[in-house]
Amino acid sequence: MTESEIEAKVIDIVCKQMGADGAEVSRNTRFDEDLKADSLDQVELMMDFEDAFNTSISDEDAEQIKTVGNAVEFISKNNGSSG
Amino acid sequence: MVITGIGTVTNIGPDAASTWESMREGRSGISQIESAEFDRYEYTWRVTIAGQVKGWDPCEQGGFDRRDVRRFDRCTMLGLSAAAQAVEDSGIDFSKEIPDRCGVIVGSGIGGIGTIEEMLKVLIERGPDRISPHTVPRLMVNATAGNVSIRYGLRGPSSAHATACASSGHAFGDAMNYLRKGEADVMVVGGCEAAVTPLCIGAFSTMRALSARNDEPERASRPFDKGRDGFVLAEGAGFFVIETLEHAKARGAKIYGELMGYGNSSDAAHITAPDEQGRGAISSMNKAMADGGVNLADIDYINAHGTSTAIGDEAEVAAVLSVFGDHARKSADGKLLMSSTKSMHGHALGASGAVEMLACINAVRMGVIPPTINLDDPDDGFDIDLVAHEARERPVRYAMNNTFGFGGHNVTLIVGRYTD
Repeated sequence: MTESEIEAKVIDIVCKQMGADGAEVSRNTRFDEDLKADSLDQVELMMDFEDAFNTSISDEDAEQIKTVGNAVEFISKNNGSSG
Repeated sequence: MVITGIGTVTNIGPDAASTWESMREGRSGISQIESAEFDRYEYTWRVTIAGQVKGWDPCEQGGFDRRDVRRFDRCTMLGLSAAAQAVEDSGIDFSKEIPDRCGVIVGSGIGGIGTIEEMLKVLIERGPDRISPHTVPRLMVNATAGNVSIRYGLRGPSSAHATACASSGHAFGDAMNYLRKGEADVMVVGGCEAAVTPLCIGAFSTMRALSARNDEPERASRPFDKGRDGFVLAEGAGFFVIETLEHAKARGAKIYGELMGYGNSSDAAHITAPDEQGRGAISSMNKAMADGGVNLADIDYINAHGTSTAIGDEAEVAAVLSVFGDHARKSADGKLLMSSTKSMHGHALGASGAVEMLACINAVRMGVIPPTINLDDPDDGFDIDLVAHEARERPVRYAMNNTFGFGGHNVTLIVGRYTD
């Protein structure tokens, strides 16, 4: 899976969960300030990424994933395969 | 205390106007259960009918977005939708009110049971780490009260009542008391329920509480009829804006009716069966009249709890005859009319008292008493005019709303016609 494919899939998940418009979500989009995701929404986002990319995100890693770009980088680096 | 806003979402109409229209016309909202949750079980169900709010998708009709659907149980979405109708109908702008003087009380018997069942399945099939982090705020029975307060910025009294089928009765009583004590100017009050789930249908069914008249769903809920064989489980919500008369007048609100009295009592007998002589019900009706200073001869209409169970209806009729005597006795030309609108919309458990408050308010406002449909053959000794089949036109000074819950909780509310 290429990084741009991962990005497209991450954006799709974020839009589905947060009811956001895909055109307004980019790598720079912040989960909390831009999408108003509370702590529960962010836990759920991490769970959805884990399911979709068949990967595992520890609580420590999740702390560092604050934007769409952070998520894409983490998944690319951790060899996420398409689940 | 007056009622200034009304909202309902029921199986006989997506809003208060359409629900009332159906009540007047005697339409049933009972049908075969359609649910993916039921389809996944390869069992034969003893009961296949319910009062689902069909054609009401939370996003399409309820105005919720996909994020909301992950955060709210259906019970809360039905409640928030009815609350939004009531707030809009009342014309109140909460941003102009003193937040500490506005509150919300909500009744729900079971709360987010659909979420509990969904997440239990996730736990079993996928393990504890896949349970949604939104599970607790979805399932808790106070979720709707909390979300209404958040949506409208209500910082005054807020709470939730879970007294089974009497829940929204207690919610009303509690809200009325905050207004009376001077602790609030405006209260949003109501009830919501979404318990047409596999677990609930199965559980009420094994109690033999539900009608199994599966091949005639529209005729299954038949309160007071000899052929009744249990209640029909329904979902829905009813919400109201209530406020002090002074406050309503000051903001020029339209007034639907006056909240007169609240009575509550306990059977202290059996956890599910009503006291056979209806002692708890007698007490709650008497207390409500005493509370409101209303004479029994001035009660023109009772919206009965009337669930269509054999013993429940019998105990309620006995209680009403005991309290009202000849005023209720059809054979003595008594003037009291009593009907059960559950014959049309089924039994929405903790939301039932709120949905039925619509019938009571409109009875006093419009002088129209909705019928008890399916009442082909009233049971022996049910010597009350039970408004069989068709609505009746008659002026109503005061209407009484009875709700009785498992646990032996009894609540009676009285509303009156408002005149300037």
